[in-house]
Amino acid sequence: MERVILHSDLNNFYASVECLYNPALRGKPVAVAGDPEARHGIVLAKNYAAKACGVATGNPLWMAKQKCPDIVFVPPHYDLYMKYSKIAREIYSEYTDRVESYGLDECWLDVTGSTHLFGSGKAIADELRERIKQELGVTVSVGVSYNKIFAKLGSDMKKPDATTVITSSRFREIVWPLPVSDLLYVGRATHNKLRRYGITTIGRLAQANQDFLRHLLGKNGEMLWLFANGLDTSPVSNIGAKSLIKSIGNSTTAPRDLVTDEDIRITLRILSESVSARMREYDFVCSTVQIGVRDNELHSYERQGKLLYPNRTASALSEKAFELYKQNHSSGKPVRSLSVRACKLSVLENEQLSLLPEISSIQKQEVIDSVIDNIRSRFGHFSVQRGIMLCDKRLSSLNPKEDHIIHPESFFKS
Amino acid sequence: MARKVFVEVTAKFDTDGKITPLSLLWEDGTVYEINRVLDVRRAASLKAGGMGIRYTISIGGRQSYLFYEEPKWFVEAKQ
Repeated sequence: MERVILHSDLNNFYASVECLYNPALRGKPVAVAGDPEARHGIVLAKNYAAKACGVATGNPLWMAKQKCPDIVFVPPHYDLYMKYSKIAREIYSEYTDRVESYGLDECWLDVTGSTHLFGSGKAIADELRERIKQELGVTVSVGVSYNKIFAKLGSDMKKPDATTVITSSRFREIVWPLPVSDLLYVGRATHNKLRRYGITTIGRLAQANQDFLRHLLGKNGEMLWLFANGLDTSPVSNIGAKSLIKSIGNSTTAPRDLVTDEDIRITLRILSESVSARMREYDFVCSTVQIGVRDNELHSYERQGKLLYPNRTASALSEKAFELYKQNHSSGKPVRSLSVRACKLSVLENEQLSLLPEISSIQKQEVIDSVIDNIRSRFGHFSVQRGIMLCDKRLSSLNPKEDHIIHPESFFKS
Repeated sequence: MARKVFVEVTAKFDTDGKITPLSLLWEDGTVYEINRVLDVRRAASLKAGGMGIRYTISIGGRQSYLFYEEPKWFVEAKQ
């Protein structure tokens, strides 16, 4: 049976809420702006009047002012947005238990099982729009389709306060002429690669050769090809199904057996850097480090140890990991695969500057690590490396953080 | 457009958790008895700018909206 999936998107969410609460703003170009004092002086969200002047999310405030001299900046009220988001989800959950949020303002709903109660996908979508308008005073655009990807595309097609239906029999007419950059997970880099080969629309992507796409984009290429052909089968997860992160780890099977301490150090360092970067993304620190070792006879074991101070620097992780290895690898056999895992995670918030030398040195290291993250995100993973990586390029050519995560968590949770 | 006027409300909380407003204190000091609650639903107030549980109330035969925007109550007042 074909699924019925809705994607509901709150239009200009932050700006709409601000305009609802302050009627004097309505009709004027409005942007919700970060605090310039804290160097967050950019446009977080804007309404249609501001959009019409060319104001875009992420613009610095001076630029927005230049484009639109009458623009009104208002500070964000996150508590209000959270409240709205929660009530919207409560309304959705009256129609199905399969509600998956994607950020504060978007949700997927799988209503396959409830169409006999509430009517067709379109009927449910129209009812949702009406209720959100009445009960929350803001508008949503809803896409109705048989998979998550097309439902999301649909919600972007007509705005505000509209329903767009994309059926399996007509998707070629509706979806294929759209620019390929409209597709989920076609970001700037992928878009540029595809454009070089004349793949500018979703239709062209759908008709491209699968092997060619795999060659060009790796596993993502296959995934995008499936998306473009309406073959996405990813499920809408259950409401409240939160993926609680308990630990963060990376592992690798080395291109050759690891024999010397230096081999081990290189690999542990790479894995630690990846784990450390991922902890920064989620704002975690860990207090325990665990290593996994498998030797060339496939005998494997895991060992863990406590850090003196909870932290997440790559150096602390790799030093601890190496120490654990030296203590435990008494057999001395060559190693086939290694893993590094950060356990006992806690959320880092409002950290204070410390006068303790150990902690302030961790904090310095932390700054270095985030600078490295930044450089890597701008110029590529291998643009900056430890000297030890040059000792064996074959071992160090691994990028576990990007190579091994195929789908971002938020989309493929299950 | 209307003015958003926060008012003091006396209400009954029953054992099921249902809240029924009984009277409200207007800006000028007058206490108005609420004769009947005709409807209760969540709604936005586009006129005054707000969102909460909207009570359609009858005061002396005249209908009006009273919003419970936790933790405060407000009404939409003519300028």
